Amino acid sequence: MTRVLGWLAALALLAGLGMAFAVAPREATQGTVQRIMYVHVPSVWVAYCAFVVVFVASIAYLATRAEAADRLAHASAEVGVLFTGLTIATGSIWGKPTWGTWWTWDARLTSVAVLFVMYVGYLLLRGMIDEGERAARYAAVLGVVAALNIPLVHFSVLWWRTLHQPPSLMKPGPSSMPPVIVRALLVNFAAFALLYLYFVAKRIRLLRLEGEAGA
Amino acid sequence: MTADPLVRVTGLRKAFGAHRVLDGLALEVRAGEAVALLGANGAGKTTLLKILATLMRPTRGTVLVAGHDCAREPERVRPHVGLIGHGSHVYEDLTALENLKFWTALAGLRAAPAELAGALAAVELDRLAGERVRTFSAGMKRRLSLARFVLARPRVLLLDEPFAGLDQRAKKWLEEHLEAFKARGGAMVMATHSFGRELAVADRIAILSGGAIVLDTPRASLGPDAIARLYRLHTEEGA
Amino acid sequence: MIFARRAWSVVWKDLLVERRSKETLNALAFFSLLLLFVFQFALGPDRERLAAALPGLLWLGFVLAGLLGLGRTFVLERENDCWEGLILAPGDKSAIYVGKLAANVTLMLVVEGLILLLFAVFFNVDLAPALTGLALVMILGTVGLAAVGTLFAAMTAQVRARELLFPVLLLPVQVPVLLGEPLGAVGHWLGLLAAADVIYIVTGLLTFDFLLES
Repeated sequence: MTRVLGWLAALALLAGLGMAFAVAPREATQGTVQRIMYVHVPSVWVAYCAFVVVFVASIAYLATRAEAADRLAHASAEVGVLFTGLTIATGSIWGKPTWGTWWTWDARLTSVAVLFVMYVGYLLLRGMIDEGERAARYAAVLGVVAALNIPLVHFSVLWWRTLHQPPSLMKPGPSSMPPVIVRALLVNFAAFALLYLYFVAKRIRLLRLEGEAGA
Repeated sequence: MTADPLVRVTGLRKAFGAHRVLDGLALEVRAGEAVALLGANGAGKTTLLKILATLMRPTRGTVLVAGHDCAREPERVRPHVGLIGHGSHVYEDLTALENLKFWTALAGLRAAPAELAGALAAVELDRLAGERVRTFSAGMKRRLSLARFVLARPRVLLLDEPFAGLDQRAKKWLEEHLEAFKARGGAMVMATHSFGRELAVADRIAILSGGAIVLDTPRASLGPDAIARLYRLHTEEGA
Repeated sequence: MIFARRAWSVVWKDLLVERRSKETLNALAFFSLLLLFVFQFALGPDRERLAAALPGLLWLGFVLAGLLGLGRTFVLERENDCWEGLILAPGDKSAIYVGKLAANVTLMLVVEGLILLLFAVFFNVDLAPALTGLALVMILGTVGLAAVGTLFAAMTAQVRARELLFPVLLLPVQVPVLLGEPLGAVGHWLGLLAAADVIYIVTGLLTFDFLLES
């Protein structure tokens, strides 16, 4: 099952790459580097999805104490942090040639950075508690708090930025995107989502084996 | 009296990862009964007491205390259980009376000042009611813990090495109080790895080895030598 | 109501111990004074640069003092071996959360008031015109910080590197409060702070039980 996922993900990624480079139009002012958007945007979408999964799995664990829910939360958090890191990295790579800076405190970047730190903290907490049952329980509580915090962070950062400067023009507004770009984004999103599922499935299996071995 | 036992454990397993500290443990304690739980260090005595006290969840098996399931309804078990373990559960900067007042209030019990004073008197700490606990000896702190249970009236008492570190006078005092607790219909499990005063109070001996109770026998006919022999016999086999 | 009485017993106990030992308050008061020196030295003798940075420095001071103070929420229980006692106490655990939260908010407001006073004196700031707005934002912000801080303090109480993990966990979750405090004057910021407070407290009430299970 996992292997099928892996192959599907690989195929979808290829398709996504193809769309990003061949099919999508070249952006007028930024040039080729703008194509990194096809990695950057789906990445952050998948990351948010991953953290929603952490939220739901955390609540499920607290309600049922099922170890499977805990493993799902753990794996999803790890892969989510991975994709968040990818988002930040691709954002920086995009930003340097385009606006001459690796980083800017615009609303979106700041929100994502806070997101990254929150869930790295989640993984740190897990790493620092030895007893498996307590680690699962405490991480579940943190998973709930962190997820509830996401909209608060989003709005506060947005308001904070609009007080100082208009929102960064990082990508065209959704209403004005031509359909071919939307299609490319969606294909890449599907590819990344499949990749996420593949990684999570592998990770859950590893966690289950570790648990059985008493690691 | 054929009332249900106050403590009933069946098929208890407690695992930490792959390591099974307790496996297939069964134990029953009736009202008015005291069981001395004997076992080597690390055998799992404290683990068992913590599970009975709802401080830990079992991995598998059923643990019923005062008629409620420890794993599924720990909240309903707690009012009926008292644990005197290795932790002292006292705030050093507060006086004996203030400690008692706090723990009683936290348990949701209304206690008038007279009742608090009475509880302290019952454990012979009334003259030290206004003293900070920082100055107390181990025996005095243990007495303060018991004062809580004078007011809370648990039906099951769990004691982990209760006589350790006490002087002769304190040991005698504790023995009397535990007998009184039994006489009022309470059930007791006392964990110990030495053959001390616990045996005098106990009605039964249970030897814990290899994760389970390997011997569960009435104490009355056994002298301390016999008990020591049985202990050596069963822990060498079961280890 | 039993819940209120139980929560009050926790507040009473913590404040009583604090009044006797004066550990936390003294150390935080002294820490606040030191912060003033550090800020002054870090920003140099340029009066205008310092004046421009003051609002941010004030909240920085609040946050740093808060991190230290909140991290100690359960230090009494740890040192006196009473953590198990809290778990074994029958009844709703969220009463303990409310009690600890109330004690924390009280302590922090006292320290923040002190920091404010020190700022007014040492940096020659006239606070009178902004005082009511400032007080409102301080209260809302402190409640938010303490609501999550108390929860996380319970989470890190038994962890090895708790002094490191606690700020790491608390700061990102506090971003709305951190951003909201300096800008609190603007109308909808107060709304955000209030909403954040409600969300944090409700979450704390619902999840604290899970932290005190064993």
